[in-house]
Amino acid sequence: MSGLHKIYNTRGGGTTHALSDINFTAKKGEFISIVGPSGCGKTTLLNILAGLISKTEGSASVSGHEVSKPLPEIGMVFQAPTLLPWRTILENVMVPVEVQKLDKKKHLEKAKELLTLAGLDGFEDKYPNELSGGMQQRAGICRALVHSPSVLLMDEPFGALDAMTREYMNLELLRIWKESNQTIALVTHSITEAVFLSDRVIVMSPRPGRIAEIITIDLPRPRTLEMMNSDAAGVFVKKIRHYFNAANVIE
Amino acid sequence: MKSLRNRPELILTPVVFVIFIALWENLVNLLEVEEIILPTPSRIGDALLVQLKTELFWSNLWVTSQEALLGFLFATLFAIIAGTFISQIRIVDKTFMPYLVGFQAIPKVALAPIFLIWFGLGQTSKVVLAATIAFFPILINIIEGLKSADNDQIRMLRVFGASRAQIFFKVQVPCALPFFFAGLDVGILLAILGAVVGEFLGSQAGLGNMVLNAQFNFETPTMFAILLVLSAMGIIAHIIVKAFQRKFAFWGDSSNIIGN
Repeated sequence: MSGLHKIYNTRGGGTTHALSDINFTAKKGEFISIVGPSGCGKTTLLNILAGLISKTEGSASVSGHEVSKPLPEIGMVFQAPTLLPWRTILENVMVPVEVQKLDKKKHLEKAKELLTLAGLDGFEDKYPNELSGGMQQRAGICRALVHSPSVLLMDEPFGALDAMTREYMNLELLRIWKESNQTIALVTHSITEAVFLSDRVIVMSPRPGRIAEIITIDLPRPRTLEMMNSDAAGVFVKKIRHYFNAANVIE
Repeated sequence: MKSLRNRPELILTPVVFVIFIALWENLVNLLEVEEIILPTPSRIGDALLVQLKTELFWSNLWVTSQEALLGFLFATLFAIIAGTFISQIRIVDKTFMPYLVGFQAIPKVALAPIFLIWFGLGQTSKVVLAATIAFFPILINIIEGLKSADNDQIRMLRVFGASRAQIFFKVQVPCALPFFFAGLDVGILLAILGAVVGEFLGSQAGLGNMVLNAQFNFETPTMFAILLVLSAMGIIAHIIVKAFQRKFAFWGDSSNIIGN
């Protein structure tokens, strides 16, 4: 992304500067988190990358392709699992394959592999309402990865889960990421989650939404939950929280 | 036995039925109500058995079923076509909705005499009336159903690169199915109503025609007997629609569906 701006026309005839001069490049295979107080434009940023909304100025590209509409190089995980209730888990995971008219046979194998990787083998033929929230979200992650995208966008994917499930899902995500090695951009409300998962954390500040700082998290990998109690992790959390306090927003 | 304890209605419903029939039978006898005003259930049962043995009854039953079913099929077909255009194309929605709402406000039964003039005393006028009456609840449910698709689900498909047609067939149509079947459930009963009312106003055959003949001859038990047959038709139609719904829209959350 370079020089990216997004300006909304508001109902009152005025304008809202949702994103201002966003410049950022992620390395291949890097895990990036985007944090910031409500209204800082982090979801807008993700939606631009997903090709769902247009940008006002500047450029955004994924694997060398300028994003102007949804690209096949992108997979996305949503706030809610958004599985289709009339499809089985396997059929849900196959949605991107069907939509993009890819080779079904080849990707069926891939889908089953991903479900196994996500600990969902044996649930292929179940319907979404027969699964717990955490399992549904894991199926949602499999769906985002089935067409082997180079970038995985995640929009507060674990926000609706309870604290225990959330920690567990964080570990699962790291495990899946290690296997599939996508570039991940994760929007989250949780500072600790961002520190725990990421290589770099983008801290944003609101009105207009801009990058306040990019913090490199040089904690060793593989990461464990115990490491989150260490001083090293605490320093990062404190540093990020400082920006939230400065913005006078309580999360 | 445990299932009976958990579901007392399995006993209570038949008990209420027996008490109701017994009261009816005995009160009519006790108060010496004339049969032409209110026959006893046993007399109605006799009349029904007599009818079931005549060929005329079965041919009339066939005539009415045919009218209702054809009317229902036409109503469904037109509702699917109109509903698709209205839900997908904004300008069609905006242009034609006022006409539909206006037409909906006409008491459709009042159109029956006009249909008789246009289509004659035969079955055609009944089919048209049945279709006209059944059309609106089916149409409204289809429109609401196609619009009911979750925004998040549509967004999800768009991110993965779905075209408009793919979004329509992969999300909007499945989302509409529970509504569609709720509309069919109401529609089939209204189609039967339309066929019978059409027959009342002028016909040569059909169950409605039989009711009129029975009335002409002061055969009140026969009138009640045919009423029973008409209810049975409605119940069977309802059960069939529900069976299809369970098969094709098994995920349906029917709580927010119109007319359910």
